[in-house]
Formats: sequence, structure tokens, C-alpha cells
Amino acid sequence: MLARAVFRLSASVAIVLGVVVLTFVLLRLAPGDPAVHLAGPAATPEQLDAVRTTLGLDRPLPLQLSGWLGRALRGDWGVSLSTGRPVGAMLAAAWPWTALLVTLSLGLSYLAGILIALVQARGTPRTDTLLSVLSVSLFAVPGYWLAILLVWLFTYELRWLPAFGAAGLDADFLAPLPQLLDRLRHLFLPVLTLTLIGAGGAARFVRGALFDARTEPFIAAAEARGLSESRVLVRHLLRQAIGPVVTLLGLSLPALFSGAVFVEGIFAWPGVGQVLLRGVQSRDYPVVMAAATVSAILVVIGTLLADLLRAWVDPRVRHA
Amino acid sequence: MPESSRRLLADPRARTGAIILILLIGLAAGAPLVSPSDPLAQGNVVATRFVAPLSYDATGAFHLLGTDRFGRDVWARLVYGGRVSLATGFLATFIAVLLGLLIGTLAGVSRGLTGRVLLAGTDFALAVPRLVLLLLLAALWPPSGVLVVVVLGLTGWMSIARLVHGEAITLMARPFVLAARSLGASTGRIALRHLVPNLWTPVTVAAALGVGNAITLEAGLSFLGLGVQPPAPSWGGMIASGRDTLVNAPWVALAPGVALVLTVVACTLLGDAIRDQIAGGR
Repeated sequence: MLARAVFRLSASVAIVLGVVVLTFVLLRLAPGDPAVHLAGPAATPEQLDAVRTTLGLDRPLPLQLSGWLGRALRGDWGVSLSTGRPVGAMLAAAWPWTALLVTLSLGLSYLAGILIALVQARGTPRTDTLLSVLSVSLFAVPGYWLAILLVWLFTYELRWLPAFGAAGLDADFLAPLPQLLDRLRHLFLPVLTLTLIGAGGAARFVRGALFDARTEPFIAAAEARGLSESRVLVRHLLRQAIGPVVTLLGLSLPALFSGAVFVEGIFAWPGVGQVLLRGVQSRDYPVVMAAATVSAILVVIGTLLADLLRAWVDPRVRHA
Repeated sequence: MPESSRRLLADPRARTGAIILILLIGLAAGAPLVSPSDPLAQGNVVATRFVAPLSYDATGAFHLLGTDRFGRDVWARLVYGGRVSLATGFLATFIAVLLGLLIGTLAGVSRGLTGRVLLAGTDFALAVPRLVLLLLLAALWPPSGVLVVVVLGLTGWMSIARLVHGEAITLMARPFVLAARSLGASTGRIALRHLVPNLWTPVTVAAALGVGNAITLEAGLSFLGLGVQPPAPSWGGMIASGRDTLVNAPWVALAPGVALVLTVVACTLLGDAIRDQIAGGR
């Protein structure tokens, strides 16, 4: 168990390091000079050289990379080229928003997916087909399009919910209860978008796991003992199916994070995805480096947690 | 028709998926035949913009899906944009399948260090958030259709490689491979003549799912303005421009989204049906 944990941890560190190196190399390989970008088209060669020296761009690449790593480890993530704000502070403010959005929608989408699959396992073939069509369609919907549709319906047509940001402009002046309500109203549409899409994939997978487990002898044994249908379903079938589902939970994190980037962009949600999008579009090298690293760290931590959860729900994994 | 395809088409999912895909490909390929107007044509913008679906504009021209804010016919843009989306999806998946087959088979036949390094590399690439890579590659280089195809191909091979590797390992232990080996067949010959022909079915499933995924991502990049550049029609670009006119012309964003969902549903249904047939045939 300990050896396994150590191996998993070092693999995770290697993955984050790999993402850092990859991002760094891609940024440097890309055409265009950040110094020109920063100093403007009218800069003299001397001014360009000065900018390059300040940014450390004149040093050899491996030295730049190790320098960045050393400073990042000490908590110095540099300064944004476009806003002049410290990147560390930008991401420290952003990551909890992304973590909130992603964990909430992950939990809700698996809850919805498991419920749909349970109804499919209990219901008639007709219900099963209908719900399968529903989950395939949800699975196929692009997140940014669903987000736009929901904004159209809930904001423009019904005028119920806000479409932008994580809090209203007056949120700081509200009493605690209305303030909480304001937060929830802003949270609703982004979470609904990610949950609906995730629920489609989760339902498809859980249904598969449930129907696979159906043929196991212990299910026939449980039925033979005269246990009620719902008891067999929840205590025996679902328990058997939950292991692979938890593994998938971890594996679906990168995809969910990708979806979150689009959704954050559309709803102006102040998370890591939006920082990354803006950084990439304005060629803000320090911001892109940091946002890519934080994304990788979030995904890796999520996968590790899913692994732990798997060992917790399935004793066979713990002792393997 | 071979027995396997006949059995596949007995599955309603496969039939539905195949019909939708053939229809979509047919419409995209025959775009000039099925669409009366030029997708880029902007006539008298004031007279022809924001025409609702199934109605005539001020010049008397009929618009099946209405027009956008420049008075361009949405149906024309949809079928021409379908060419871009479908071509990108299929080409990118082709690259991904080739890479996945190559790396997965190599990792399967070569024991020892090479195999382990290839497998570790695959796992690493699988753990990198794909969208971060896509954004970096698409945003930093000048946007073009070719770039999107290459980038989607380069970031989509990992799951296929894993699948191929798993299959290759079980195949390596099968008697016919052992027989070939004992007859002195080289590793390369075993891989090409004995493994790859047996890998096509699982790869088809992965490819079917991959096409849907690639099309969604291509549209996503175009949506962000990093893929196909306006005024060329693309489904993602249409959704992005329709987003600004949601209040007075929701159909501009609705139509390409429905087309995207249909494409991905068709690919998923086909992939599911093929997978179940393989599982049932064993």
C-alpha cells in the first residue's frame, strides 16, 4: 500500500513537471517575440534588448526553465505582462472558483447519472431505450453551446438568472442571506451546464457497469433468497458497479476541466480556465505558464483523490 | 454485403448512426447542390438580415433556416461549414489512429525498456489536460485548418494506443502468433501480418468515438476564434457569432449546435453498436 502510494505520488509530480516543461517549450517554440509584443512596434533594438534582459529571455532556455521552476517553488510566479499584477495572486484568487465549480458539477453529474442508470436497470426496455437516447444526446452536446442555450432561456427569455460573473455588482453591500442567494444564483447556470453534460457520460457508463454486473452469480443468489428487487439493485448490483464508476470519476476530471474552461469563458466565471484563456489570447507568458501548471495540479490531485476513494469503497483494491 | 456488416445493421443503433452520418456527409459533400445560395454572399444586408427560418426576405429569396446578421443564408453556411467540421474530424482521427496503432503495437511487441517507455509516455500524454495543449498550440501559432487537424491528431492518439496495446498483449499470447514466432517470423512481420489485421475492430470503435470528439473540439476552437477563420463558414464559428444575436435571432446559434449534436450522437451510436457486436461475437 505504501509503495503504491509513493509510486502514485512521484508519478503525479512527474506529470506536473512534464506539463511545465511542455508548456515552456511550446511557448518558446511559438512564432512571435514576447519582447516585441510588450515593447510595441515602435521600439528600438536597444529597447528590445533591454526588455529581453528584464524578462530573462536572453539567457539559455534550460537556465530560464530552471529559474522559473525555482522561483515557482518559492511561490514567486512572476508578474502578468498584460495587467502587471502578480500571477501568484491572480491564480490564488482563481483556483477556488474552479475547484468549486468542478467538484460541485462532478458530484451532481454522477448522482444524476447513477439515478438515471438505476431507473434504466429497473424499468421496462422502453424506458431503458428512451433514457439511453437521452444520455447519448446529453453526452454529445458541446458545453459551450449548451451554456449559450441556457443563457438564452434563463436570462433572455425567462429573465430569472444572471448570465455573467460569480457575484452581482452590489454583492458586497448585501446582508449575509441575500448575499448567499446572489452567489447561488450566479453559480446555478455554470453548474447546470457542466452537470447536464457530465450526467450523460456518467449514466452511460454506470448503466454499462450495472448491466455487466447483472450476470454475476451472486445476483442470482440474492434473487433466489427472495430479496426485494430494489434491495438487490442497490445493495448488490450498485455496490459491485461502483468500483469502476469511481475510477471513471478520476479519469473524467481532465475532460470536465476542459469543459470548465469553455464554461468559465462564457459565464465570465473568475476561475483558472478564464485566466488561461485570457493569458493565451494575449500571449501573457507568465500567466500561461502558471495557469497550465495549476490546471495540471488540480487534475492530478483530483485523480489521486479518486484513487483513494476507490480504495475506500472497494477493499479488494486496498489489499491488492 | 459481408455477414458482419449485415449483423451490425440489425442493431437499430448502428442503423440510426449510419443513416445520420451518411445524410450529413451527403449534405456536406453535395453542398452546392442542396444549398441555393453562396455561404459568403452578403447582398442588401438591411433587407436580408435576421430573416426567420422558413420565410422569404425582402428580395423574395426563401431561407430554410433564416439568415444571420449579415443576411447570409444559415442553411448554406450550415452545409458548407459541415464540410470543414466533418473533414477536420475524419482527418484528425485518421492521424490519431495511425499514431495510436503504431505506438500501441510497438509497445505490445517490444518487451523490456522500449515497451515500458512507450507505455509510460502514453500514460503521461493521457494525463495532460488536452484542452490546455490545444489552446497553447492553436493560440500561439497562426490559426489555420491544417494546424487544427494536426493538433487534434497529435493530442488524440493516446486512448487508441492504450486500447491497441491491451489487445496486442493478449494477441501475442495466442497460438497463431506463437506458431509464427516459432517458424522464425521477425517481430516486424508478426506486428504487421498477425497483429494489425486483428486490431481493426477495436480501433474502429475508438475511431468512431474519436471522430465525434474531434469534431466537437474543432468547433470549440473555432468558437474561440482559434480554428477556422471568418468569413469561412464553420459550425463553431457560427455558434460564436450566433451568441451575439441570441435575443433577436436564436436560430443562428441553434442550427449548427443541433448539427454538432447529431454528428456526435451518430458516431457514438455506431461505436456502441460495433463494440457490443465484438463483445457478443467472442
